[in-house]
Amino acid sequence: MYPIERVEPLNAEVTRMVVRAPEIARKIRPGQFIMLRIDERGERIPLTMNECDPEAGTVTIVFQAVGATTMRLAQLKAGDALLDFAGPLGNPTELEGARRACVIGGGLGTAIAYPQAKWLHEHGCEVDVITGFRNKDLILLEDEINACSARQIIMTDDGSNGNKGLVTQALQQRIDEGADYDLVLAVGPVIMMKFVAATTRPYGIKTLVSMNPLMIDGTGMCGGCRVKVGDEYLHACVDGPDFDGHLVDYDGAMRRGVMYRSFESAAREAAEGRDCNGGADGERKGA
Amino acid sequence: MATSYEVNRQKEKTPISELDPAERAKTFDEVALGYTEEEAVAEARRCIQCPNTPCVSGCPVGVPIPRFVEQVAEGNFARAYAIVKSANSLPAICGRVCPQETQCEGVCTRGRNGEPVAIGRLERFTSDWAFAHPDEAAAAMDGLREECAAGDELACSIWRGAEGAVSQDLAGKRVAVVGSGPASLTCAGELVKRGCDITVFEALHKVGGVLTYGIPEFRLPKDLVQREVAKLGDKGVSFEVNALVGKLYDIDELMEDRGFDAVFVGTGAGLPSYLGIEGEGLNGVSVASELLTRVNLMKAYQFPEYETPVYAGKKCVVVGGGNVAMDAARTAKRLGADVTVVYRRGREEMPARAEEVHHAEQEGIKFQLLTNPVRILGDDNGWACGVECVRMELGEPDASGRRRPTAVEGSEFVIDIDMLVVAAGSKTNPLIAKTTPGLEVTPRSLIVADERTGATSKPGVFAGGDAVIGAATVILAMGAGKRAAAGIAEYLTQG
Ligand SMILES: Cc1cc2nc3c(=O)[nH]c(=O)nc-3n(C[C@H](O)[C@H](O)[C@H](O)COP(=O)(O)OP(=O)(O)OC[C@H]3O[C@@H](n4cnc5c(N)ncnc54)[C@H](O)[C@@H]3O)c2cc1C
Ligand SMILES: Cc1cc2nc3c(=O)[nH]c(=O)nc-3n(C[C@H](O)[C@H](O)[C@H](O)COP(=O)(O)OP(=O)(O)OC[C@H]3O[C@@H](n4cnc5c(N)ncnc54)[C@H](O)[C@@H]3O)c2cc1C
Ligand code: SF4
Ligand code: SF4
Ligand code: FES
Ligand SMILES: [Mg+2]
Repeated sequence: MYPIERVEPLNAEVTRMVVRAPEIARKIRPGQFIMLRIDERGERIPLTMNECDPEAGTVTIVFQAVGATTMRLAQLKAGDALLDFAGPLGNPTELEGARRACVIGGGLGTAIAYPQAKWLHEHGCEVDVITGFRNKDLILLEDEINACSARQIIMTDDGSNGNKGLVTQALQQRIDEGADYDLVLAVGPVIMMKFVAATTRPYGIKTLVSMNPLMIDGTGMCGGCRVKVGDEYLHACVDGPDFDGHLVDYDGAMRRGVMYRSFESAAREAAEGRDCNGGADGERKGA
Repeated sequence: MATSYEVNRQKEKTPISELDPAERAKTFDEVALGYTEEEAVAEARRCIQCPNTPCVSGCPVGVPIPRFVEQVAEGNFARAYAIVKSANSLPAICGRVCPQETQCEGVCTRGRNGEPVAIGRLERFTSDWAFAHPDEAAAAMDGLREECAAGDELACSIWRGAEGAVSQDLAGKRVAVVGSGPASLTCAGELVKRGCDITVFEALHKVGGVLTYGIPEFRLPKDLVQREVAKLGDKGVSFEVNALVGKLYDIDELMEDRGFDAVFVGTGAGLPSYLGIEGEGLNGVSVASELLTRVNLMKAYQFPEYETPVYAGKKCVVVGGGNVAMDAARTAKRLGADVTVVYRRGREEMPARAEEVHHAEQEGIKFQLLTNPVRILGDDNGWACGVECVRMELGEPDASGRRRPTAVEGSEFVIDIDMLVVAAGSKTNPLIAKTTPGLEVTPRSLIVADERTGATSKPGVFAGGDAVIGAATVILAMGAGKRAAAGIAEYLTQG
């Protein structure tokens, strides 16, 4: 069992949780993730390390309650424990050598990208961070990011923070202003990563994207997390989760990402305690 | 050929009760129900006690088959169990999953004129009986110990193999076992007998390897696997789950920081192979291990009570002809799909256990043999909707003696599907190879290990099972685990 030491809501949808896992805390690096199972009946879900404290023996995760498991996770309290917490999984992001980086976070992706921004900052790289949210109430980790970036640009879809627009617009503007990035790292919805890669492609800027396909084992065994990169299928759990943004088949990834949607809504309804016959019978409800 | 009992001349095996095919195709309950005591005795009496014991040489771990069968024939079930246990630490599992027709039963004398003795079913019977009668089974073990103490050599050899302390020399030595499939469980069991302090590291949250995540409940009940694991726990083996070696610790760290004197690597061959044809990224297409992991490890057939979902269509094609393909096909069937197995060679060449192919047919699974998929077709939403196949014909035997299938020109046809499962084999995960300096591996990432001792190129590191020979069988993995345990014992007493 892995005791939960602290739980703290960051906004209405996002929770920060500190879990005791000393062995993992010693080992895990920015870009790596863990897979957890709440209890015997739970599913395995991947969540990225947001912070780790090897001395205290803790790993921090930040997650958005989007479905049955994350909703249930958000209800746990300090003093509860998780049945399984496996990691570190995946590869650390390759950040060595970057001098001028732009780290881009879309929504919850901001929390996933934060440790990379911090690592780059601590290793002498000049870091711009561009983040995007639906509205100002959902903005994440503003103070933490301020502390580890040369520049933080926060975009909102509705302009409620006074800065309406997409992260790609901000990125384009920075490039036009002459920001001479040697690395762009994008973490967020697949569609966002697709457009970030499209933005940097004409300039040949090295672009890493963090793919988040469905995962089951997380050890390279089930093939469920395969992503087409160039001509080959790679497993995000062992070959990623970061890939060359200019080679990823985003459309394929988006299609696969919704394959289980009808099940997910059934599970969510079950978790919310409502009647849930629809979708749980294994019938394909279309994409 | 002297037997102490009257030989049963019946040509066929004593039938085993099974769940009705139509009924069982809807549940995950075990298909074969096992022999009753009467049936077991009747079947055991088909053995003619051949003096040259061909069956024993057909068994990779040398179970003294006529010896245990004789005890079943006499109704001494507890003693029969003790004898089986002397050579095979997981008889309840092997009795169910060994490819008996190519091993022990394949060379049984009775098989020359009729069906062989049902050695696998008898092995299963003795261990299920022992589980139901633990006190009598324990008494049989004690009995052997006493006979051994009184100087009976046969009793000694059985007792030592089954339970006995071979030597306590290894007390205080610590061995890390990586992976928890049959190779690892056997190695751990053998070493704990010798007094070693053993920790098993398993990447997943449950122990058992393929026995837990791969082979379905209807063939190998998961409780039975966990029962064997619990027995090892009672003997003092520790298990650390959620421990992916190569990420959480690497092998050098296990030896240097965590103080293990030796390491056994039994990490299997879990990396899936794809067909390499167009359309494998479509929705509705998965490899068998995804389907099987969702269903077996995560119990997705009980969704939403268990939270992991599993997609099953109405029209499923499974590509492959091995045990994995049969398991995937029968699993998809139980989830409600109409299933066709597509295999590029003929029935004779199918590597699956004969019984599984037979069970699959009984359950209504269709076979398109000598057929190869060439591309998977998708609909506008990106879901698989058809698979284009081509007919094959078998050519001349190749170096391996198998006849090579070649495509018949112009024979393309399409099978309508909404689900396709690829069961085209598996490879070794390169993680251990990549993170263990000094460990020699083949270009396919198979670990190079001495056949007799399991020793690898790295001192103190041993390996066995699928990680060394590629996807094979439970009993071969167990044999390798046992030999490696002896190799480790030798290494630790010298060192
Ligand atoms: C490598 C990796 C790192 C991730 N890191 C984070 C993180 O730090 N914080 C965070 O909030 N989310 C993260 N995610 C996504 C997170 O795993 C999913 O949001 C979560 O699994 C949803 O589960 P659910 O039951 O609550 O929702 P569901 O209703 O089951 O699913 C909602 C959506 O989440 C995704 N999802 C569902 N099941 C899985 C699964 N088994 N594996 C991956 N994605 C799934 C799908 O896109 C799905 O449409 C990460 C995903 C990956 C692959
Ligand atoms: C679906 C299916 C059906 C089969 N049916 C039969 C059958 O009927 N009869 C038969 O004889 N054989 C059958 N086989 C083959 C048989 O199961 C294998 O040959 C056997 O299990 C191999 O045993 P093993 O101990 O080498 O490895 P495995 O059983 O593969 O176990 C390896 C374990 O190591 C773990 N692991 C891997 N890497 C690491 C790591 N880095 N750190 C920690 N843990 C790790 C894995 O998670 C896994 O649990 C079947 C296989 C499959 C997949
Ligand atoms: S272990 Fe397998 S091969 Fe050996 S006797 Fe038992 S069933 Fe036959
Ligand atoms: S070969 Fe068959 S008949 Fe002969 S001893 Fe073995 S099991 Fe009995
Ligand atoms: S999650 Fe199974 S292979 Fe990556
Ligand atoms: Mg879910």
